[in-house]
Amino acid sequence: MSEMLAVYQKHLGEWLPQLIDAAGNTLRMTALAFVLAFVVGLLLALAKLSPIAPLRLFASGYIEVMRGIPSLAILFLIYFGLADFGLVFDAFPAAVIGFGLNGAAYMAEIFRAGILSIHSGQTEAALTVGMTPLAAMRWVVLPQALRVVLPPLANFGIALLKDTSVASIISAPELMLRARDLASSSFRPMEVFLLAAAIYLVMSLPVSFLTRRLEARFSRGQAHV
Amino acid sequence: MNGETAEPLLRVVDLYKNFGATEVLKGVDLEVKPGETITIIGPSGSGKTTLLRCINYLERPTSGHVFIEDRLVGEAWDGKSYRHIGDRELAKERTEMGMVFQRFNLWPHLTALGNVTLGPIRVLKKPAAEARAEGQALLEKVGLGHKAHEYPERLSGGQQQRVAIARALAMQPKLLLFDEPTSALDPELIGEVLNVMRALALEGRTMLVVTHEMRFAQDVADRVIFMDHGVIVEEGPPAQLFANPTHNRTREFLRQVVER
Amino acid sequence: MLFWERFVDNLPYFLEVLIPAAGMTVRIAAGAFVLAIVVGLVLALLQTIRIGLVTLVVRSYIELIRGTPVLAQLFILYFGLTEVGIRFTPIQAAILGLGLNGGAYLAEVFRAGIESIHAGQMEAALTVGMTPLTAMRYVILPQALRVVVPPTTNYSIALLKDTAIVSAVAAPEIMFKARNLVMETYLSAQIYLLVAIMYLVMSLILAFISRRLERRLGESGTTGQAGAA
Ligand SMILES: Nc1ncnc2c1ncn2[C@@H]1O[C@H](COP(=O)(O)OP(=O)(O)OP(=O)(O)O)[C@@H](O)[C@H]1O
Ligand SMILES: [Mg+2]
Repeated sequence: MSEMLAVYQKHLGEWLPQLIDAAGNTLRMTALAFVLAFVVGLLLALAKLSPIAPLRLFASGYIEVMRGIPSLAILFLIYFGLADFGLVFDAFPAAVIGFGLNGAAYMAEIFRAGILSIHSGQTEAALTVGMTPLAAMRWVVLPQALRVVLPPLANFGIALLKDTSVASIISAPELMLRARDLASSSFRPMEVFLLAAAIYLVMSLPVSFLTRRLEARFSRGQAHV
Repeated sequence: MNGETAEPLLRVVDLYKNFGATEVLKGVDLEVKPGETITIIGPSGSGKTTLLRCINYLERPTSGHVFIEDRLVGEAWDGKSYRHIGDRELAKERTEMGMVFQRFNLWPHLTALGNVTLGPIRVLKKPAAEARAEGQALLEKVGLGHKAHEYPERLSGGQQQRVAIARALAMQPKLLLFDEPTSALDPELIGEVLNVMRALALEGRTMLVVTHEMRFAQDVADRVIFMDHGVIVEEGPPAQLFANPTHNRTREFLRQVVER
Repeated sequence: MLFWERFVDNLPYFLEVLIPAAGMTVRIAAGAFVLAIVVGLVLALLQTIRIGLVTLVVRSYIELIRGTPVLAQLFILYFGLTEVGIRFTPIQAAILGLGLNGGAYLAEVFRAGIESIHAGQMEAALTVGMTPLTAMRYVILPQALRVVVPPTTNYSIALLKDTAIVSAVAAPEIMFKARNLVMETYLSAQIYLLVAIMYLVMSLILAFISRRLERRLGESGTTGQAGAA
């Protein structure tokens, strides 16, 4: 224990700035992948709920396939596999695209559940005031569904933040890759990885704390309905 | 009723119970003789449920003591002070008191017979065949022999409550506690449960029954206790308590109950 | 079209390498799953006894595990512990890392399941003289089981996919063997596509088994649905 403290005393000044710098990349990767997953996921959810059969089929197929494959395999396909076809990505954008497209499948299920949780009477009421089904979705259902999906979206975000560590395996520059470099150059893997884990914890805990409060608020709100 | 000289089966001494700042029981003293049937009546929130739950230590009293046949329940006296006993000893003491809940609390993953035999098999360690034979007999006794293999969800409320009574009887308890056993039932189902309880009283079982059924209290009880605001306001034979209550609060309560 | 020709030509060789590796993936996932269930159950039960210090330790474990990447936990086990002289084989580290991680998730699932059972169930058990532990065993857990099976089977599918990351500590499962194959043949697109298909097939099979299991439990005619309907 005291030896560990001594290691930190000696190296913390050198490691911490590097790791924090890399954590910035982790956050950027998470944010970009989240946005991609959000947009694609919402489109997939709408497609899956649409009256057009081929759209529904495509969305279902996409979701089933993506949910059956590890994100690491998808990163490898994009980063190494697509290069065969002349599509060469840097590791960082490859990771963003991989996590985004993979995450979209989960996001789609979250959105779909959220939309379905809104009573059909809401749509009907919107139709009776002359809205089109699409307008009813946009102005009546989605705003209500957003409230429902907020906690699962936040949980997805936290999971994504941690999953980006996997991008280190394709050498995308982020926190875990920097940690691995430092661990092998310093021969102090324990101390370095613990420090990296602590940084992930610091990034994820506030969000999960807020999410849980939100969830508690919502479930209380529901009790009164 | 047994003679005046019989030792009390249950003795509650100066029982207090607080939930946080709320004082729910404020000094309850009570004796029940073997074979007595006692009903407890009183307005909502007066502490009737809490009293029953303190007697079998589902709630730990804030102070005061409970004795079964002069043995302390839930505590031990080590010569200087009282200490709370462990789960295992407490479980053993609870086998002497059966309890029937307002909302039945049957175990939904077990059949009627499974509910009745779980205690005998797992607690009393009876051989399964013996426990099943006895359980079947108890279900016959409450008129549900033909429902032994049904799950609770397929039974009516009245049937569920009778299974719950059989479940309590299966442990051969010395004392039966009932907490408003008919309050959650549709009116037409109340009778079948009260009939079972009446039969148990006639058998000479020792029973402590919290109830809003005034007829039952009048007809079956040896003694009626009126509780209000966490104390026993008055008690007496039903004929006297119902016809001639000495306290204003009792009179007021009875008048309201009759009007309903 | 060259792509498909090469793919078909090499398929037998790829499969010869990757199918045994898939067996290793399944073994790692199964080992981690069993460990996760045991750890999760113990942690969930420890929280029900309501001893402040115990709860604090258990909660901290759960929060720490759930707040950090499983890859970091794996590296701490595999690389970090060598500093104190503890060396795991890649497979041991994989099972331990994924299992301890999953234990924290399942602990939450099991706790929610236990808490979903009405307090009256426990009380009724206590009144017939059961100890809290006996009541847990014969009254609460059998009922909680049906609540926790769907999230637990979902977890098993996530776990199967998570095993891919243990290639990072050179555990000889699909992903690791695939990377070696790529280094050998340079046919990265074909190989990773095949890998993706293999995971998909395994996930679908597991999902199918899970659904059957859930239906069987749903039918085994006890609580809930029929009565509520
Ligand atoms: N676990 C608890 N925590 C806090 N307060 C409680 C708890 N249990 C009971 N109380 C309070 O204690 C008081 C007495 O409750 P109790 O259930 O014993 O009354 P009761 O006479 O059985 O009423 P009822 O006829 O409605 O069943 C009530 O004010 C109730 O709100
Ligand atoms: Mg009550």
